[in-house]
Amino acid sequence: MKPFWKTGEPYVLATGAALAIILVMSLALVGVVMSNGLGYFWPQELVRFELKDGSFALGQVTQQEKNPINGARRFQLKVGNRDILGQDFRWIDDKDIAKRTQPADAVLLERREHGDFFGFLKGGAAEGLVLTPAPPYETLQQALQLVSGKLDDTGKIKRQMSNLNNSAERLRLKLLKLEYAGKEKNAAEIVELTATREKILAEFTRLNEQATATLADIGRIRARFSDAAGTDKEIALVDIVALQRPNSMSLFAKCGAYLERVRELLLDDPRESNTEGGLFPAIFGTVMMVLLMSVFSLPFGVIAAIYLREYARDGLMTRMVRIAVNNLAGVPSIVYGVFGLGFFVYGIGGSIDSLFFPERLPTPTFGTGGILWSSLTLALLTVPVVIVATEESLASIPKGIREGSLALGATKFQTLTRILLPMATPGIMTGLILSMARAAGEVAPLMIVGVVKLAPTLPFDTNFPFFHMDRKFMHLGFHIYDVGFQSPNVEAAKPMVYVTTMLLLAIVIIASSTAIYLRNRMRGKYTTSTF
Amino acid sequence: MAQNQAQTKEHAAILSVSNLNLHYGEAHALKGINLDMARHQVTAFIGPSGCGKSTLLRCFNRMNDLVESAWIDGSIRFNGAEVNEPATDVISLRRSIGMVFQQSNPFPKSIYENIVYGLRIAGVNDKATLDEAVERSLKSAAIWKEVKDRLHESALGLSGGQAQRICIARAIAVNPEIILMDEPCSALDPISTLKIEELIEELKSKYTIVIVTHNMQQAARVSDVTAFFYLGELIEAGGTRKIFTNPEKKQTEDYITGRFG
Repeated sequence: MKPFWKTGEPYVLATGAALAIILVMSLALVGVVMSNGLGYFWPQELVRFELKDGSFALGQVTQQEKNPINGARRFQLKVGNRDILGQDFRWIDDKDIAKRTQPADAVLLERREHGDFFGFLKGGAAEGLVLTPAPPYETLQQALQLVSGKLDDTGKIKRQMSNLNNSAERLRLKLLKLEYAGKEKNAAEIVELTATREKILAEFTRLNEQATATLADIGRIRARFSDAAGTDKEIALVDIVALQRPNSMSLFAKCGAYLERVRELLLDDPRESNTEGGLFPAIFGTVMMVLLMSVFSLPFGVIAAIYLREYARDGLMTRMVRIAVNNLAGVPSIVYGVFGLGFFVYGIGGSIDSLFFPERLPTPTFGTGGILWSSLTLALLTVPVVIVATEESLASIPKGIREGSLALGATKFQTLTRILLPMATPGIMTGLILSMARAAGEVAPLMIVGVVKLAPTLPFDTNFPFFHMDRKFMHLGFHIYDVGFQSPNVEAAKPMVYVTTMLLLAIVIIASSTAIYLRNRMRGKYTTSTF
Repeated sequence: MAQNQAQTKEHAAILSVSNLNLHYGEAHALKGINLDMARHQVTAFIGPSGCGKSTLLRCFNRMNDLVESAWIDGSIRFNGAEVNEPATDVISLRRSIGMVFQQSNPFPKSIYENIVYGLRIAGVNDKATLDEAVERSLKSAAIWKEVKDRLHESALGLSGGQAQRICIARAIAVNPEIILMDEPCSALDPISTLKIEELIEELKSKYTIVIVTHNMQQAARVSDVTAFFYLGELIEAGGTRKIFTNPEKKQTEDYITGRFG
């Protein structure tokens, strides 16, 4: 019998092992992100510790470990109540605990500010509201619903205000333009527009006062709570986002609360310097930026590849272009960011400003980072991927197919559009998938050319011209960096980092899967007998 | 020889090659070829691999334009008009001189779209005309019965022999005068080969056919005139029966009797 290593089997096993390691690593990556992120929204039990020194602590146990100093077990407790305790977390040694209970009436308040509040409901919350008599907790729930209804009303007023503000801003820019063009010449129009603008601003002020008054009104409705130590605390109902009693919730209710948090994550705006609330603007910004990037990089990449492969003579120049394209794919992305800043933002954007919006200077319009420049920068970064993929797929089409078409009297262009491009589409799609995945994950260049921590407006809205290419935007990748490393309360923000990562992964996976599905359908069209 | 000349006079030459030289860069691939091909006849090119027979065939519809290193001098006249002139309209030339390749090359489209491809690129989009062309050319290529119920299925699902006949039908659809066949049966099984050979026999009445083949029996079976090439030179051309029974040159005889090649 031959020795085992001479049979060739070990090499087969080695290749299998390499693949297995890669698979395990990918699964571990997704697993770590999901296990850290998925649990974040689950309403965890509130535990009340009675300590041996007579004090109390109430909170959610986030982890336990051996105390590195004395080797005893200790718990990390999320105690919330940042405004009272000054910190969100504390460690409690096992040996200090006298008693551990899960009081059924412990409440968890998700607040608009200062993070969560853990404590007990004392009463209140009925002032100026018509409520059916009920136990305090149910009363509070009723009151919260009424208050959120009133908040929605002010929300409507705020939207009106935003529209007015928009018109006023457009008028202001128009006025600036007229003044820039010649104050005397356009005097009549300026006076007229100024009057209109005054009227709008007056209306705006009136609505603002109304909204402020309403807010102050409902702001006075408060409920009384007490924390673990028994200190009383009054909290205005407008500050409460959600109210839960996690210790007495059924599994079903917990699932409901979980889904509600997921909805909030996907559709709401962020709060508390991005560590709480939703991610909608970041999701929107990421998707829109990637789509815009595809709109720029796909046609340019495909056309460049067509020229290189089908028309350019195979000489020194073509070879150099090809080498340059391949090298472009390897340039560190931050370099593109710097280039984008110098070329797109200051160069092109600055020229656009001085040509079309001189009246607004020195306030830049396009001469500052924005979603357009970000997409263009990333398009530049990913165009080599599209070029290489397109070239490869054009090159893989058999010579006979081209000759067959040409021999029937087709021109080169007809052959290209009717035979070659359809056949190359699956390969082009592969390039697009790769470039989209890369663009969705890039952060470094975006930080220089248009991403911000908090964008007040989306780059798309119902105000003319709908797509606001000059606006700055939010991005999931940057959000991860910002929340994870720039937030004042890193420990509390940690779950949000994982949740954001999970979303970013999900977006990339959804985009890729869609493209792969489309590609496979096209591939089917060109390789099987069914049309 | 006398009989051959009589035949050539009877049919006016549709393609006439005189003093044709072709170089691929340094390599001299065709050396001083002189040959006339008569209308409505099948001319077979035979010879060992690399003797230039396919190259010559590809000169007729200027497929050698695609090879950057190729340059040609001498004259090829198609119906009296010079093929190699820069001013020649290559598109209409290729429409009049169809070509069938060694490897069948159906496009990844339906059978129907394959057949009408030549018409569509010429700007014909009238449904009735296209339908008529599809039926006519598929019938001419003797494949109508096999595919008439699956015209809108992909042509990639056909067998090799069927695909090759689809390619012939595709060439016929644009109504060429000449059909060039570059070893059309070399990738096919004997039954498919037989079908194609029968087809060539039928097509002869309407089209002039020039066929390159490695298979000498095939040349003997289908062609009226045979031309033997060796190392880029035309050694001998004449009536097929004469070439195969009583060749004038020693080299031809050696090749035909299988002593080399």
